[in-house]
Amino acid sequence: MNNLISRAKELLESKTVNVVIGYEAGPTGLARPAFITDSAKADKLIYDERCVQNLAVYLTKAEVKNFGKMAIVARLPVMRSIMMLISEQQVIGDNLIILGISEDNSLLDIASISVMQGYIDKCDLGNPSKDREILAELNKMTPEEKFSWWQNQFSKCIKCYACRQACPMCYCIRCTVEVNQPQWIPVQANAHGNTEWHILRAMHLAGRCISCGECGRACPVGIPCHLLTMQLADQVWNYFHVHAGTSDKMNSVLSTYEPNDKESFII
Amino acid sequence: MSDFEPKVVAFVCNWCTYAGADLTGTSRLKYASNVKIIRFPCTGRIDFMLLLKAFANGADGIIVSGCHPNDCHYTSGNFHAKRRWIMFKELMDFMGIDMNRVTFSWVSAAEGAKWAEVVNETVTRIREMGPYVSYKELVNKTIEEEVKNE
Repeated sequence: MNNLISRAKELLESKTVNVVIGYEAGPTGLARPAFITDSAKADKLIYDERCVQNLAVYLTKAEVKNFGKMAIVARLPVMRSIMMLISEQQVIGDNLIILGISEDNSLLDIASISVMQGYIDKCDLGNPSKDREILAELNKMTPEEKFSWWQNQFSKCIKCYACRQACPMCYCIRCTVEVNQPQWIPVQANAHGNTEWHILRAMHLAGRCISCGECGRACPVGIPCHLLTMQLADQVWNYFHVHAGTSDKMNSVLSTYEPNDKESFII
Repeated sequence: MSDFEPKVVAFVCNWCTYAGADLTGTSRLKYASNVKIIRFPCTGRIDFMLLLKAFANGADGIIVSGCHPNDCHYTSGNFHAKRRWIMFKELMDFMGIDMNRVTFSWVSAAEGAKWAEVVNETVTRIREMGPYVSYKELVNKTIEEEVKNE
């Protein structure tokens, strides 16, 4: 952690970056995102197991982009998010300095995007193990059980769209749910509207989800909506052998194709 | 249930399946009249939300059909569609929504007979399955809940 603070100070003092995006301890002891612009305040930075938020979500916000050069504290999911955002031309890689954090919470030396790519390639890119277990159990259920399980979950949904706001890949300025001509998704937080909203969100993240689980963590009523996108991330690997966020030059899975893609249901 | 007539919506591409369905007609082949054909420029244009809209508006079954791979008028629209439908089907299966109600097919402009087969087979299957009660319940629950909240 001291390495992180001294590195942040160094970057701010030398004016290499204008802001360091990291975590600080909040008043209740939980970690919260911090935007450090003054090297004297870099001591506030923390890094431990409390720091779960995916900070890459801020990189596409106009007010953050205005800082110009910035450094960002990044675990593996954040690094993968940054890769996706660069490949989708939402973020300029040269404007970013990655303060990489390894699995054991130590500072990594990541000098460039290609070094970051090398690090990502060496990591396990599957879903987190605890989510893998739940997915395996859900996949064992019959269709009727799955339907009622998900309907039970969706009945809690209040359509606050926290899942969308927390997701670094959901950066559209005008989301489909805000389109009302035509009205794609019923506005009300009812069975129909909730179901279609979660289908839409998962489909728009198919092949783009980097399995950080932030959507499920952000949900105020505890819907495990990250399982939907994680299931699709699994299937993208099964069908197309692609992990999202592994290169800054990759095309999104659903906006590209291979002539020999295999399926068995089209007659 | 014996007098149940399924409503089937067909989303077809302009260049292959629509022309194929036209050929079915000009060849005087008879097929089930339950199908309502909606013409699209390309299978690549058929958004998954359109399928959900069809179900929400009372469809019991859906056919999605376009050019065979490598025959797309726009070169790659059907390849993109194929990837999208693979993902959509996996998601629907995971959420327990019945994808046996949706037929995906490739029907070329020369396959008038295949179109008749696809429609007949789909209508027979949907007739056996009965009306799509669970999705209609989802939509109707809306109205009930709204009434309760007022």
